[in-house]
Amino acid sequence: MKEMTKRFDRNWVQTYMLIFIVIGLGIILSFISGNFLTGTNLLNVLRQISINGILAIGMTIVCLTGGIDLSVGSIVAFSGIIAAGLLRDKEYPIALIVLIAVAIGGLLGLYNGYFVAYWNAAPFVVTLSMMTIARGMTYVYSTGRPISNLPTEFLAIGKGSIAGVPVPTIILIIVFILASVMLTKLKFGRYVYAVGGNENAAMVSGINVKRIKMMVYVLSGIACGIAAIILTARVSAGLPTAGESYELDAIAATVIGGTSLSGGRGRLWGTIVGAILLGIVNNGLDLMNVSSFYQQIVKGLIILGAILIDSKRNQ
Amino acid sequence: MKNEEKAQDGLVLEARNITKRFPGVLALSHVNFRLVKGRVHALMGENGAGKSTLMKIIAGIYQADEGDIFLHGEKVSFHTPKHALSHGISMIHQELSPILDMTIAENLFLGKEFCRGKLIDYKTMNREAAQLLKKVGVDLPPGRLMKELTVSQMQMVEIAKALSYDAEVIIMDEPSATITDREVASLFGIIRSLKEDGRCIVYITHKMDEVFKIADEITVFRDGQYIGTYDAGEIDENELVVKMVDRELTEIYPVRSNKPEEVVLKVENLSQEGVFEDISFELRRGEILGFSGLMGSGRTEVMNALFGITQPTGGTIWVHGEKLEKPRPGKAISKGIGYVTEDRKGNGLVLDMSVYDNMVLPSLGKLSNRMGAINRRQAAKVAEEYKDRLNIKTPNMQQMVKQLSGGNQQKIVLAKWLLQNPDILIFDEPTRGIDVGAKTEIYKLVARLAQEGKAIIFISSEMPEILGMSDRVVVFYEGRKKGELAREEATQEKIMMYASDVDEGGME
Repeated sequence: MKEMTKRFDRNWVQTYMLIFIVIGLGIILSFISGNFLTGTNLLNVLRQISINGILAIGMTIVCLTGGIDLSVGSIVAFSGIIAAGLLRDKEYPIALIVLIAVAIGGLLGLYNGYFVAYWNAAPFVVTLSMMTIARGMTYVYSTGRPISNLPTEFLAIGKGSIAGVPVPTIILIIVFILASVMLTKLKFGRYVYAVGGNENAAMVSGINVKRIKMMVYVLSGIACGIAAIILTARVSAGLPTAGESYELDAIAATVIGGTSLSGGRGRLWGTIVGAILLGIVNNGLDLMNVSSFYQQIVKGLIILGAILIDSKRNQ
Repeated sequence: MKNEEKAQDGLVLEARNITKRFPGVLALSHVNFRLVKGRVHALMGENGAGKSTLMKIIAGIYQADEGDIFLHGEKVSFHTPKHALSHGISMIHQELSPILDMTIAENLFLGKEFCRGKLIDYKTMNREAAQLLKKVGVDLPPGRLMKELTVSQMQMVEIAKALSYDAEVIIMDEPSATITDREVASLFGIIRSLKEDGRCIVYITHKMDEVFKIADEITVFRDGQYIGTYDAGEIDENELVVKMVDRELTEIYPVRSNKPEEVVLKVENLSQEGVFEDISFELRRGEILGFSGLMGSGRTEVMNALFGITQPTGGTIWVHGEKLEKPRPGKAISKGIGYVTEDRKGNGLVLDMSVYDNMVLPSLGKLSNRMGAINRRQAAKVAEEYKDRLNIKTPNMQQMVKQLSGGNQQKIVLAKWLLQNPDILIFDEPTRGIDVGAKTEIYKLVARLAQEGKAIIFISSEMPEILGMSDRVVVFYEGRKKGELAREEATQEKIMMYASDVDEGGME
């Protein structure tokens, strides 16, 4: 019984520690820089983390099954470049193009999911293959050049605000709510946890394990498609180099948020707080005029810290 | 005391008054065991009798809770297998754990590689390995990868490895379970020469004929108790079987009054290549059909194929008169079959999920609407209901199952299936590793289910359980159905004869 309370306490601390860290960091930053705690800056942070937040949500769902998706950055680039190309040609309505970009993300995710689930291939390798393929296709389609001259109505998706809240942030919130409902209220979500927690038990319970494993990559691909739209609108162009190393930021947010890479354990809101933490650190270092080279070192140390806390908890 | 031991001629090792408890189980209760120089000592008893546990204590894998071990009259206590090895005690394990992507030689000398300076000396290692292999009569190049070997060849390599330690005491835990007759013959040759060398050998097996061929003396364990040690010449097969299984029925099995009704499950000539063959049986409404046999005799494998966890390679399954094509767990569940699996941690529970989540997992399909949204109120209600019905003790439904006791975990596995309200229920070792109180509750529950008209398959390695619960008993031996006994004709002796493949003629 004592053991149980102890474990519970540790869980509780781990669960809320992240929020304390974020708040603490915010307080420190507001002392260091007068610009930090301003509405404009905070909204800016929220806008900046939207893309990583959406990708990290997809990544978290994949990680819950014990998988990983290294291809998200490249899928973002390919979906984005196709969207930019179609938008430049102005042959289809914007809404349709947005749907096409999202569908392309889902389709490339299907490739990942199919080989992981039905060929029992290692997720690391399959998604690494997709990472290279999608990046290559992006270069082929764009012939290595940026695609610009996009309609201004479209750019509002990245740059606009509704009632003061940046549109990308609104999209992140919607994606977060949908994904949370899916993971907690739908049977699909329970199956995701069960497959990651104990694949054999899930199978014996009559769950179609392969289908679940495939679907999580499709969802991650769809998240990439959504992120691609926001990114393309924010930079006003489709760039062949877009999204490079985005997968690493998404994995970082997931891990910092307390999701276990071996599957079965993790919460979506942790991932979002993880993304916010990374965003605040970047923003704070920017405000202090620290070079982005150092920012990478700090990010790496944060990831290490998160992993150490997690493995301590598992002992 | 010490002098007395020394006076005993040739006594090498003595375990005195050993007791070992596992959570909820008394594995060994004050047992004694003596090994004499140059003798082969067979250790016999049913599954769970405590044979392997005692051997693991002697080999330093487990530590005894009470009692002492004396080696040449000196009190010893081994903390690790390495420690035991350094005192000349080696053990051939029942479960093989070779490193498949390494060569035979690398496996043989794992942890004691031959080195020249810091570099591994493969030449010497392979030469030594070849010699060892020759000694056990295996004609294989030492550079062959383990994964290219058959199971029986792997077992022979394992035996060679045990010999390589040049140990004084060699414990063999069911070494013959997976090897061919020819290899058994060469194993016996090795044992005889070890014996002449003055080594002590402990030989654990379920095969009667082997015992009388190779053993000098036989010790019998039953339910963790020491029953006795006999000279191989002074006891015969039948007496031995009686000593192994005879015991009072300490648990009370519920009495049922219902009669089995129509056939709900019919299995015809079910086979899976290399695993089991030609299994046929019928199961009736309101009936408990016991499946007996030793571990690895194919009981669980047949159930896995029936439920669609593995695919059968031949035969037919009829559920309610309807043919079950290409079984999958999802399909089996929808046909009204529930499977309480043997290994609750391996495939029964998701340990990181809550009590509630585990209980409703297979039922989520029924508990959610067409959009896949779970009807939480109803799910919570049924989960709560079964928690009460099965008397599951948990602080709340959100408790992680890994924090509950074995008995409560097992009840959650049961609840998870009962929630589905299946017509056919398979219980595989439902009482393993749980305490007596929880056992009795599970017996009552199973009996009540049969009374309510469920058809039940009850798999167990514990003889009294099989006899106390079953209307009929099917006995498996090495992947085959060896016999079927009605309740009236089933006795422990008969089942044991079938399960260890002793000719029935031997009974007369």
